Amino acid sequence: MNFEFLFNNFPELTITGLAFGAIYALIALGYTMVYGVLQLINFAHSEVFAYGTFAALWTVLALGGDAGVSSGRGIAILVAALVAAMLVSAAIALLLERVAYRPLLKRNAPRLIALISAIGASFVLAELLGLRDRVAGWFGLEESLSEYVSGARINRSMPTLLERKKLFSFFGYDVTVIDVIVIVAAIVMMFALDQFVRRSRLGRGIRATAQDAETAALMGVNSTRAVQVTFLLGGLMAGAAAFLYMLKIETTRFDVGFLLGVKAFTAAVLGGIGNLRGALLGGLVLGVAENWGSALLGSEWRDVVAFVLLVVILLFRPTGILGESLGKART
Amino acid sequence: MTRSTKRVRGIAALIATVGLTLSACGTTEDSGGGDGDSASGDGAACDLTLAFFGPQTGPAAGLGEPIINGAQLAIDEYNAEAECEVAYEQIDSQGSPDQAPSLATEAVGNDAIIGVVGPAFSGESAAAGPIFSEGGLPTISPSATNPALSENGWDTFHRALGNDATQGPAAAAYIRDTVAATSVFVIDDASEYGAGLAGIVEEELGDTVVDSDTIQTGQTDFSATATKVGSSDADTVFFGGYYAEAGLLVRQLRDSGFEGTFVVADGVKDPGYMDSARDAAEATVITCPCIPADDPAVAEFASAYEAEFGGAPGTYAAEAYDAAQIFLDGIAEGISTREDMLAFVNDYDEAGITKQLTFDETGEPADVHVYAYTVEGGEIVPDQEITS
Amino acid sequence: MSTAVSARPKRGAGLKGRVVAMPKPLKITLWVLLALLAYALPLLEPPIISPPGTDFGGVLFTVTIYCLVALGLNIVVGYAGLLDLGYVGFYAIGAYTAAILTSFHANWPLLLALPVAVAASTLSGVLLGAPTLRVRGDYLAIVTLGFGEIIRLVATNTEWLGAAKGISNIDRPPGPALFEIPHLNWDTGTPLLDFNDTTTVLQFGVLDQIPYYWLGLTVVILMLFADRLVKDSRVGRAWEATREDEDAAELMGVPTFRFKLLAFATGAFIGGLAGALYASRQSFINPLSFLLLYSILFLAAVVVGGQGNRWGVLVGAFLVAYLPERFRDFADFRVLAFGAALMALAIFRPEGLLPPRRTVRAKQMEQEIDALEEGAETDGETSRA
Repeated sequence: MNFEFLFNNFPELTITGLAFGAIYALIALGYTMVYGVLQLINFAHSEVFAYGTFAALWTVLALGGDAGVSSGRGIAILVAALVAAMLVSAAIALLLERVAYRPLLKRNAPRLIALISAIGASFVLAELLGLRDRVAGWFGLEESLSEYVSGARINRSMPTLLERKKLFSFFGYDVTVIDVIVIVAAIVMMFALDQFVRRSRLGRGIRATAQDAETAALMGVNSTRAVQVTFLLGGLMAGAAAFLYMLKIETTRFDVGFLLGVKAFTAAVLGGIGNLRGALLGGLVLGVAENWGSALLGSEWRDVVAFVLLVVILLFRPTGILGESLGKART
Repeated sequence: MTRSTKRVRGIAALIATVGLTLSACGTTEDSGGGDGDSASGDGAACDLTLAFFGPQTGPAAGLGEPIINGAQLAIDEYNAEAECEVAYEQIDSQGSPDQAPSLATEAVGNDAIIGVVGPAFSGESAAAGPIFSEGGLPTISPSATNPALSENGWDTFHRALGNDATQGPAAAAYIRDTVAATSVFVIDDASEYGAGLAGIVEEELGDTVVDSDTIQTGQTDFSATATKVGSSDADTVFFGGYYAEAGLLVRQLRDSGFEGTFVVADGVKDPGYMDSARDAAEATVITCPCIPADDPAVAEFASAYEAEFGGAPGTYAAEAYDAAQIFLDGIAEGISTREDMLAFVNDYDEAGITKQLTFDETGEPADVHVYAYTVEGGEIVPDQEITS
Repeated sequence: MSTAVSARPKRGAGLKGRVVAMPKPLKITLWVLLALLAYALPLLEPPIISPPGTDFGGVLFTVTIYCLVALGLNIVVGYAGLLDLGYVGFYAIGAYTAAILTSFHANWPLLLALPVAVAASTLSGVLLGAPTLRVRGDYLAIVTLGFGEIIRLVATNTEWLGAAKGISNIDRPPGPALFEIPHLNWDTGTPLLDFNDTTTVLQFGVLDQIPYYWLGLTVVILMLFADRLVKDSRVGRAWEATREDEDAAELMGVPTFRFKLLAFATGAFIGGLAGALYASRQSFINPLSFLLLYSILFLAAVVVGGQGNRWGVLVGAFLVAYLPERFRDFADFRVLAFGAALMALAIFRPEGLLPPRRTVRAKQMEQEIDALEEGAETDGETSRA
């Protein structure tokens, strides 16, 4: 137990933990929304995120990302990557809903079988990414697309878009641009989503469906539409998370989603599944706890710390820190 | 009524089927047919297969691919000139020890397979080793480095690369003598390869090691580790692990302000490392028990590999090429049984593209030299031989 | 309406109905024949069924391990209705206990280590269940998932447990090598007895995987009998009540927490047994055999087969263990093919391949009620579903 180290580097560990936790939080939103509405664990959400990272990567590679952000072109590339990631993730999320979920929901199938369907979809999507060179080969595009599809099974990275400029000092730790962007972006996204779900017509539809699908349908809520919007929003958030992840880590691979997905789901449960603010809180708490735990016990215990924290919190707050409440969202 | 007759008919059919399978079979001996002796005269042997054993799909597939390609290249070159072609079978274990026994059993049962390039990882080697040994099927692993593997008494086991116990001291010597490090931070990835290597380096360096940390393969955020390195004021970081994590790690270390030397081992000697670390890869020191490419044979391999697979050879591709080459030399000499092949491999002593290929009685390469490489302008360039 | 009602006897007249209608001796004979066929399967090496590029006996052993695991997990998920995403943790505890006792830290014979391994995993089931079973529904899923990951990570990072290097030379089962049985050889298109390719009964060697399969199959059959006894007992009914409505069960005097804990412990018992058997055949284990992925596959076996039906989960286990091996012809694409197969099974058989009788009954009831409610004009439509 290295308390001295934790104490001496407390600000740095906390800020970097918050930054990664913010990414967990954005992914966790997808899990939490789908769970809130359908009571389903959307296991394939990790792949929604993974496709977003590739969309961002490919956009940057295609536009030639060495420009640096100071130039107008650099900013345009950043925006394009963000938009591409959000669109692709949203598209994958909608596809998932259409192919893996809707046929089951229509038949009122048991909830667990939807989990299996999602697991199958997750395998298919991840393997497709891992075989993208072969898939491109079918269309004879392997050569022309080689920058995008080669090394399908290994890490692919993009050039540094944002220099890690120091913005200000926080108790001795120089907070970088990336830390600030990631944390602020996550909170802003979160707030926007929260407002959308509370105030807009579609958002009310989602909440009504989450509360009581049958009654909502009787009241004129198109439940299929509500479910679609839920997946769409989850996908958009996962795309934003993917973009921020690429800004910070700059590297992705075909199975990047798996571990992050498990962590994000943990974060969602930690905060109270079905609860949007809970997802944010859960993600941040998880990110910080992982860093503190790594500092205390060594990085090999990072994931153990995360899961032990989860078990302990659930023992004392059986429905997560903030409790579950997509439907019951206070207005 | 109809139902009951149907039922009777169904049961009768069932009994008939069982009876048929039990009675209708003769024995293979009456079918005769001598397709046994294929090795004829003094020419090369025919109808033989070399197998790759390792990950082709799944999370470890990235490490399997260069090995598959390296062996493929050797076989293609052989087949281009040979009278009878050698077949190449890829046995996909996904790098996991789970299916390794079944796959090894099947490989042993397939008489055409005369040699195995693999198993790729130490774990699957440990699970499949006894089976290959029992079946007398010689294996040459291009990538399994756990020192304990050669201590099991499996006479079929060989590996075409130095184990952790040969490379670890060399890496430590380089850090001590050439880098002249005063404080070293040792990181490993908790894999059998990385943890084994880092453990030896840590032991060899003794007091110069100021602290250590262990990451997990598959993780991508190493901010806590970077903080530790930063606060330890180490001037050198040694990382035991593969290029996937090395690329992410060095980038995050540099971002957090680490300016010392980054030393890694052969698991990182892969173009994927520079692809992923980009500018942060500069000046990385890579130790590797493999001959530098200024040797013409090595350069020829590199260019042939690039022409065939559209990229520079990855980690252990050259070792796989060497391993396959040993078997192919045996086949060219007309060897067609596993027993002869095993004797041939044990006595082999030729220059390969990574090292002088000759094995001691436990299957370890007998003549291993460790070289240091550095990354300069996005290329891995040879630096010097490490003599301890 | 009339069509919906008449659907019931028609269903009963399926294969199952005919088997049920048979006289008892005939039924027993059929079961024995079926069991014999199962035992003989790796010797017959039937073409098409035999997976390419891997050893049929070895694959069948894996299938029996998955069958055992599925039977155990079925008690937790199917009978007691507890979603467990970390079942591989119990499997790992069984395997590691056997490994440590027979090779790494002691030299016990396997037969002595086996009960300890099973006891250890059962105990871990109780220890995990006691605090966490009060958590409801899907929260339990993530807690168990965390448990499975913790077990694997502790094994990876603890030198005393072999760390990433794993543990080798685990004891194999003892056995007096009895007599040899020839395999069938289909190379010529007709089955021929192949006396060059034989299996020695009860010889647990290195090369021949078939004796391990027979051992595994025997354990599966024993577990099937035990499962049947438990399911039809007071305990089984208590589980069913707990699953259907926990509050109602509690009100009716079923101590639901204790029964849930019992289900958890029983599941852990079987999981540990499967793990120990696996470790013994493998003779080597490392943490890579206990990834989260396996928990997911185990769950897939139970759900795809039909949770709550012991025959269903056996079929599911067979598919999950066997399909990836059968798909070896697809080379790179086999995991993709497996994923697609999982999706297809889920979408086309949402109740599982062999749903338990109560699900079938409930579905019929639902249809009947629908038919009654909607009246005659939509009759044709409802009876079709």
